[in-house]
Amino acid sequence: MKRIVSLEINGRVVEEVVADNMLLVDLLRDRLGLTGAKKGCDGGECGACTVLVDGRPRLSCITLAASCEGTRVETIEGQAKGGHLSALQRAFHENLGAQCGFCTPGMILAAESLLRDNPTPDEDQIRVALGGNLCRCTGYVKIIESVLVAAAEVRA
Amino acid sequence: MSGAIGQRVPLIDGIEKVTGRAQYTADLDSRDALVGRILRSSVSHGRIVKIDTSKAQALPGVVAVVTGEDCALTYGVIPIAMNEYPMSREKVRYRGEPIAAVAALDAETAARALDLIEVTITALPACYTPAQSRAPGAVLLHDDKPGNLEREVHHVFGDVAAGFAEADLVREETFDCAEINHAQMEPHAAIADYDAARDRLTLHSVSQVPFYVHLMLARCLEMDTAQIRVVKPFVGGGFGARTETLNFEIIAALLARKAGGKVMMRLTREETFLTHRGRPATQVKLKIGLTGTGKITAVECEAVMAGGGYAGYGLVTILYAGALLHGIYEVPNVKYDGYRVYTNAPPCGAMRGHGTVDVRHAFECLLDRMARELGLDPFAVRRANLLSAPMFTANGLMVNSYGLGTCMDRVETASGWPDRKGKLAPGRGLGMACSHYVSGAAKPVHWTGEPHAVVSMKLDFDGSVTVLTGASDIGQGSTTIVALAASEILGIGLNRIRTVTNDSVITPKDNGSYSSRVTFMVGNAAIEAAKAMRAKLVAAAAKKLEVSPDDIECEGETFFVRGSSQSELSFQDVAIAALAEEGTINVKGTFSTPVEAQGGKHRGGAVGSTMGFSYGAQVVEVSVDPDTCQITVEKVWAALDCGFAINPLAVEGQIEGSVWMGMGQGLCEETHYIDGLPAHANLTDYRFPTIAESPPIEVHIVESIDPLGPFGAKEAGEGALSGFPPALVNAVADALGMDVNFLPVTPDRVQEALIKFRRANRRKEAAE
Repeated sequence: MKRIVSLEINGRVVEEVVADNMLLVDLLRDRLGLTGAKKGCDGGECGACTVLVDGRPRLSCITLAASCEGTRVETIEGQAKGGHLSALQRAFHENLGAQCGFCTPGMILAAESLLRDNPTPDEDQIRVALGGNLCRCTGYVKIIESVLVAAAEVRA
Repeated sequence: MSGAIGQRVPLIDGIEKVTGRAQYTADLDSRDALVGRILRSSVSHGRIVKIDTSKAQALPGVVAVVTGEDCALTYGVIPIAMNEYPMSREKVRYRGEPIAAVAALDAETAARALDLIEVTITALPACYTPAQSRAPGAVLLHDDKPGNLEREVHHVFGDVAAGFAEADLVREETFDCAEINHAQMEPHAAIADYDAARDRLTLHSVSQVPFYVHLMLARCLEMDTAQIRVVKPFVGGGFGARTETLNFEIIAALLARKAGGKVMMRLTREETFLTHRGRPATQVKLKIGLTGTGKITAVECEAVMAGGGYAGYGLVTILYAGALLHGIYEVPNVKYDGYRVYTNAPPCGAMRGHGTVDVRHAFECLLDRMARELGLDPFAVRRANLLSAPMFTANGLMVNSYGLGTCMDRVETASGWPDRKGKLAPGRGLGMACSHYVSGAAKPVHWTGEPHAVVSMKLDFDGSVTVLTGASDIGQGSTTIVALAASEILGIGLNRIRTVTNDSVITPKDNGSYSSRVTFMVGNAAIEAAKAMRAKLVAAAAKKLEVSPDDIECEGETFFVRGSSQSELSFQDVAIAALAEEGTINVKGTFSTPVEAQGGKHRGGAVGSTMGFSYGAQVVEVSVDPDTCQITVEKVWAALDCGFAINPLAVEGQIEGSVWMGMGQGLCEETHYIDGLPAHANLTDYRFPTIAESPPIEVHIVESIDPLGPFGAKEAGEGALSGFPPALVNAVADALGMDVNFLPVTPDRVQEALIKFRRANRRKEAAE
């Protein structure tokens, strides 16, 4: 079965014909060319495909596109506004929160959701919020630093 | 120095990574591509009787099917040990080995086509452990390898018997280290595009060494290298997994040629694990002799590695394990016996700290225990054996710079070791260990006599400098290092520099990202290229200002006559003046390794040879849960002598990452096979640490200024790794009073060991 879904992606209303079993990550990557959401595993294990759906972090690789009808989806491509990096993007760049960069889009979006809820997270709260996002390069040290720097900037 | 180097600089390709604009292989436009899929063996060891692809070929939407029949040529990373076919022929040697592949219009059709391929295999007895493989009468994986031995190494340096005779304490222990996998975040992918009209092939892939891929494509497809182009897009980590050419890269190309078009091959995470090339399960039997003051008199080491079904990098791995017994401490008498054994499992290969990690683990654990017996502090026993550079080791390795003593001082102080060691609460412990690694192998795998590295540089009318390198940035920040070297020598800002990387039709050949060679070799080549460019600019400025080139001075991007405050020229003015002479300026720089760095004259003596070793020391603090034996790493203090930190931010990142990867190996990572079936091939069962269990890592950079390194730099990305597992196990010994000889130290294993240990202690007490 196929259906038309209508959703907002990075502020733009999108209408697409999707199969009932189409995954959100495939809609984003293959149909819309938004390849910032990565596939790092065979489903739900690594967090690299994390996007925000109505402001909450969601694993787009285990989310049916059809279930996103009427939602507001944010991907990494929509984080920089008017050419300006978001606080998290800038902090990850300047503090080497990204090495190979493959986990970075998911990591930044999971952190974005945290900072919207809690602009003053401590290290442990960051560890909990990013617990589902795997990174193999950084040892997470500079990821935590990046989130703390971004949080301080958002507060300022 | 113009100030470009030694500063904390974000990666020059970092903006792409944080905005999602970075395109990795699987992200490339594949709307017009066929979908490639691989059929894999479900049998560990067997003889192929029949592969019938007729039904698959007849399925509408299937464009090409290939099997071992389509490629009768082997490939492999070591020219003398290429024994692997892209798809198996006659025999299969591990579960998951490629047998056939299809290219279809869509993924569903490709999957259905795989189901329609009929494979008949007669199973043979399988060997899963070195003991099984080496048992008398064991069935051979390869007919030309008796005893299933891929390679054995027997090296003796000095007089080992005399050395042990001199010792006051001799101890021997055996350590078992589990097999691990790189698990880089990006699954494997390749996109092959065959232009039938011109007989040309373009491959985009995840390679750390696109040059090897280029050679192997030419070999396996029997094409002229001039008809092939290899491009490396952004790569999501490698850690050695992508140093060798991998089967899927060749299979994608075979499919594309047969289909006469473009094939996108995206491997699943499970297939990425099956492709493997990880660190082999290694058993290390180690014997050390010490004097009463802790001086090492002799070392005897036997390493047995379960290599998997094919040669891969194996002979280098087994040689590395012995070679790097040297080069860190004064070890006058050393005997090494290494056995790389074929087993019916996915082939092992190079992984961060190639070959050296498990042997270093054994060494640092045993040294600690012997120090304890002698009443020596762990730092003291190591200080009793420091090298004094410059020197050559017993096996002919050159050591030019040596900051190990300083590294130890730094972590000893930072961790509060003298006040805290042995005085922590029950269940809490401190441990330390040292480590080292090469800054580039002094002899490349494919020895052609060429320079090891070439960097090209272009200056054009716009006043911008383009740096061209074939070195693969896989996230370690190597392209940033190349740009910084150019910026420093030319005295220009990074904004004026653009980099073009890894496209065989544009960038100079590079031996690739392995053995931590890029900063040292490509960095030096970049310096030489920039110096050549600068000489042209200075000559042009001198001509314009009508003075001798010797009288020209530069400050930043301004050129002027020495001692004169007038007649300045901007960089743009000088560039235009230089171009007036000869048009667009193209220069290059090269780096070749000095002969004395190329190792001993014995067979295998080139492995381990390098221009400079990094040195590391670390202290690990742990707590052990008394009920579950779950080990928590509370904090790590790590110091690394990287010669000079060209980009301290990136050096920190590399040290943190390698310490943490060592932590994964020490604490929880291991592969697991059930009758050869990989049971770990996903990111839930292959456990590496999440952010929740990753400790603070305090990094100390030590700069010994290597005489041959670019600006004095050595490697920073591997040396710290092998210090972690032994520092961890030494800390566990401090916390529990119990030594363990296995990796990883998972709660179940520690629990079992502790029960046995306590039972043995009770028996001993009862007997007394």
